[in-house]
This record gives sequence, C-alpha cells and structure tokens, in this order.
Amino acid sequence: MAVKDYIRERFFPHMWCAGCGHGIVLNGLIRAVEKLGIDKSAIVMVSGIGCSSRIAGYLDFHTLHTLHGRALAFATGVKLSKPELNVIVPMGDGDALAIGGNHFIHAARRNINITAIVMNNRIYGMTGGQCSPLSGYGTLASTAPYTNVDQSFDVVQLASAAGATFVARSTGFHVQQMTEIIQEAILHNGFSVVEVMSQCPTYFGRRNRQGDAVDMLKYMQKITTPIGSKAKEQNPELIERGVFVRKELPEYCSAYDTVIRRAKEGK
Amino acid sequence: MSNNIRFVQGNEACVEGALYAGLEFFAGYPITPSTEIAEQLSSRLPKIGGKFIQMEDEIASMCAIIGASLTGRKVMTATSGPGFSLKQEALGYAIMAEIPCVIVNVQRGGPSTGIPTHVHQGDVNQARWGTHGDHAIVALTASNHQDVFAMTVEAFNIAETYRTPVVLLFDEVVAHMRERLVLPEPGEIPIVERLRTSVKPGVNYHPYLPREDGRLPMSDFGGVHRYNVTGLYHDMWGFPSDEPKIINELLHHLMDKIEHRTNQLARFKEFYTEDAECLLISYGSSARSAREVVEKHRQRGERFGLLELLTLWPFPSDLIRQKAAGARLVVVVEMNMGQMCQSVRLAVDRPERVFLSNRVDGVFISPSDIEKTLHLIQGKGV
Repeated sequence: MAVKDYIRERFFPHMWCAGCGHGIVLNGLIRAVEKLGIDKSAIVMVSGIGCSSRIAGYLDFHTLHTLHGRALAFATGVKLSKPELNVIVPMGDGDALAIGGNHFIHAARRNINITAIVMNNRIYGMTGGQCSPLSGYGTLASTAPYTNVDQSFDVVQLASAAGATFVARSTGFHVQQMTEIIQEAILHNGFSVVEVMSQCPTYFGRRNRQGDAVDMLKYMQKITTPIGSKAKEQNPELIERGVFVRKELPEYCSAYDTVIRRAKEGK
Repeated sequence: MSNNIRFVQGNEACVEGALYAGLEFFAGYPITPSTEIAEQLSSRLPKIGGKFIQMEDEIASMCAIIGASLTGRKVMTATSGPGFSLKQEALGYAIMAEIPCVIVNVQRGGPSTGIPTHVHQGDVNQARWGTHGDHAIVALTASNHQDVFAMTVEAFNIAETYRTPVVLLFDEVVAHMRERLVLPEPGEIPIVERLRTSVKPGVNYHPYLPREDGRLPMSDFGGVHRYNVTGLYHDMWGFPSDEPKIINELLHHLMDKIEHRTNQLARFKEFYTEDAECLLISYGSSARSAREVVEKHRQRGERFGLLELLTLWPFPSDLIRQKAAGARLVVVVEMNMGQMCQSVRLAVDRPERVFLSNRVDGVFISPSDIEKTLHLIQGKGV
C-alpha cells in the first residue's frame, strides 16, 4: 500500500508548523507499519495532548486522542482487554515524561506489549514554547527566559531503569534507522520505547538560535552517533542512537492469561 | 433458591450486581472504604475470563476503563473521596467522548483525606459538577444491599443505553454493613447490551452521528470501522472541530440526552407519601434512619412519609415538587451540610418549608438525631 492509504486525507492539511519534525515521524511510522504489513484494523493508536498527539487523528487506524499525559493508561485498558490488537502510543516529551511520567514508568514496569514513541522536540509546542523535562539545562524557553535550570531526563536510561524490554533512540534526520527501529519496536513482545529526536524550529529552534528546520536536522546528525562508535569514545558528549535494550521478560497480557487459568482451575 | 441468599457487605453486593450486569473489565486502585470491590473483583473476574488490573493511580484506573470500553467491554472502576477527585478529568472525557462506563464512589468524609473510615455523603454535588465544563451526569445510590445490587445493574444498563458514564454514589455505612442479599436468577433483571452499528464494512460509519432517537450505535476498536475518538469538540467523524455550530450542537446533545430524560431516569421509593404532612426526603444509608422515623410516627397515626431517592442526578425536580406539594413540612435527611437540601429547595414551590436534618461528624445519623431536628423545627412553630 502507498503512504496515502494509511492517512485520513479528509483531515489534511495537518496542523503542524512548517518545518516541524513530527511529519517525519508520521512518515517513518507509516513506512514501518507498511513494511510489517499489519492490517490497519489491527492497530489502535492512542495519543495524549500536544502537537505530537495529533498524529493519531491523521492515521487510518483505530485512533484514541486522550488526555494530557494519560495516553499509556488508556492504552493499557485497550491492550489488556483485547491483547490481539497492536497498540502504538506516540507522545511528546512533556506529555510522556512530565504529566505522564508516572504512567510511563509503570507501563514499562508491567512490560505490557505497547509501542511507545516519544517524539522529543524538547519543548511544549502547542502552548507556545515552555520548557519540558527534556529541554535541557541552560536552554531558553518561554517559561525559562533567564535559561532553564532544570536538569533533563534521559529517556533511554529512564525507560531502561523502569523495566522496558526494548529501548531505542533515533532522530528525524536518520529516517531509515528510525523506520527500522519502529518496525522492531512494534514486533517486540513487551513494552518498547523509541525516542525520536524531533525538531521544533518555531519555538525551540528560534529561541535557542538553532536556525531553521534543516539546520536543526543537521545539528541532530552532528550531535548523535551510533551506539558504541569510535566517535563516542573520542567525544563522550555525543548522544548515542540505536537499540539500547532488547530483552525478554513475561509480557503482561500473556502473564494475565496465566492468572485466568489459575483462577479457573481454582488454584 | 436458598443458594441464592448471601450475607454480604454492600461492596460485595455491588460486585455481584456488576457481574450480573456483565462486567468484563475492572481497573482500580486501593482506597478506603471501597477497596473490597477491587479485592473481590481481582478474584472473581479472571474466573469468568474477565480482566482485573490494579493501576498505578486513580487517574490511570479511570483512563484504563475508558480504553477497555472502546474495545467493546462492560467496564467499571471503584474509588472513594480523594480518588473520585482524581478521576474527574477522565470522567469528563468519558462524557465528551460518550464512553459507557460505571464509576463507584463509596463516599467517606472530606474534604481532602478527611476521615477515610467513617460515613459522609459529601460528594453529592461533586458527582454532579466535579469535572469542568457544562455537562450532564447520571448518579445513582442505594440504602440497602438489594438495592445496591439492583442499582449497580441499572448503572450498567443506563451507561450502555445512553453511552454515558454513570456514577454509583454509595456511602461507607452501606458499603461495610452486612445484610442479606438475594441474588436474582439470570434473566430476572433485564440486561442492556451495547447497541452496535449495522453499517457494513466499506460503508462510511459516523461514530458521532446520532440516530433519530438520539442514540449512537458503537463499533468496537479492532472491528471493521476505524474512527477517531477525542475529548475535543468533534464532528460526526470524531475529528476535532472548532466550528461554532458543531460545538453548540454537541454540547446540547450531551446535555439533552440525559436532562431530557430526567423523569425516565428517576428511580425512587416511597413510603406513605400520598397523604404525608411531613415528608422526609433521603437517600443512601440516611434513608434507613429516615424510614424508621416515618414508621414510628405512622404507628402513632401521624401523617409522615418518606421519599427515598435512588437517582440523585439528573435531579428529579418534577418528582420532588409533586411529592412535596401536599406536605406542610419537608425534611431532607443527609450526612453533609445540605447538598441535596439545596436542590430540593430549588425544586419545591415553598422552599421555606424545607429543612435539613443532618450529621457531619462521621457518625451515622440515627432516628433520634432526626427526631431532635423535628423537635427543633416544631419549636419554630411551623
């Protein structure tokens, strides 16, 4: 199928700004689903609130656009009640890790078979450029006019420590890698987290003098490197890309089937 | 038949009612005094292939049941006071997105952490107005275990019929008291199944286009119809819209589908109301004491009556006005600072005849407490 077979053309044009990285993630996600050949009716996409969350409405899956930060909690209900469905949850950085932080770590801990995609543009775009838990120390935002003194989460470390069994990072510049990683994340039987570094030229880029969308994408190329590369050894400041965690633990819905079996047997 | 008789807590009667109604999915979080509902369902649901999940918090529990409902399951969560506060945003979501679900709030004393193990009925208005924005809500209650069972079944039936969240507003006394429950046979109480769309695959299905009777047939997530669900104002496709006409029509639809059915949704019991000069109005455990008072006065030949409300919201104003029309005196018996009393005063023709008999110290209101109020009122020369 072509990319356009996965979108709801009726609802275009989309509401993202020119140069926004979220469209690249949308494209990468569609290509991943297309390559896997999953039936559109077997996918439920659950999103929260923010620019990133609007991705759900544009896609021709079962789509659930929920509350700020709560996408994973809604998704848990969908998945546990119908485990045969593929549940994908795109979230922004503030959505996933500020207001939604508790749901994020607990979904990871449960190892429920949901694919979480954190579209990290380091800013609250929809409300006009406030700092997020991923903005980073020393950045500027509309609520950090004298520079941000909040430290950042590292999505990969946080997800790994919380128990996610597949954890990866890519960027909007590395679209091939991003697509492959999303594919693997969807196939993974457990809670998978994919951080995709995305650009917000409108708020983060402009305020932090990172130039336009192309400049920001080139910057992502410059500051990232494959996991375990020589470049990382020479420059520890570089951010690694690739799959960090890939392990097997009992998946929550399968484990609950055991509970059902025990209950029925009266044990 | 004797196998169907149980001696249970109110919370267990609620569990029995939910299972009778077809509950398949429960998400919850431990909180006093509703915890027994979660405990019981963690054991009962998997036995019938249903799902129970203890979520990370109250918010997540409410969100999870909404997600599960969209896959076609009958769903419920249970909580108390502070947990009910936390669920309010997602409750509003269920109203806006029209998701059938049942929320049990076993009331305890508030505000804040309040008094977890004692009785209050302080969440009556929160059930109505707790979530932000204009909206309508259905809230039911009960004073005894047979009615807890019946109202729980009713809650599911109403939720599925009108695509709405329904709040079961019980209280600590009913929840923890033990008494007899006779389990009805299957089929004895009618069960409403969800109305699903008959639109064929490949034909456009509009999830938010009401039929002529106002009902919206659903399509389960995972089925052939793929559509969007959102908490934003939305068009018939479920897609966000800021068109004034769409906003206006949707809000009116959400209000009207409940408020226009106020009389139809009004569940109540009445004892000697026909010729009552002194009409007591009560609900939940308070109604037990109110009934005792009424029986006692009737034995003395005094024209006392009781109107026990089972539907609290939408508020049955017509019913109240009609039943109170002939009464010299209306006394609202409740365990809060007069939340229902306020609504009764707005409903009746002579609000100056409406008095409050309450108790708010965490101690169950007794018949003698109500008698004391009656003496006070009579001392005023009413």
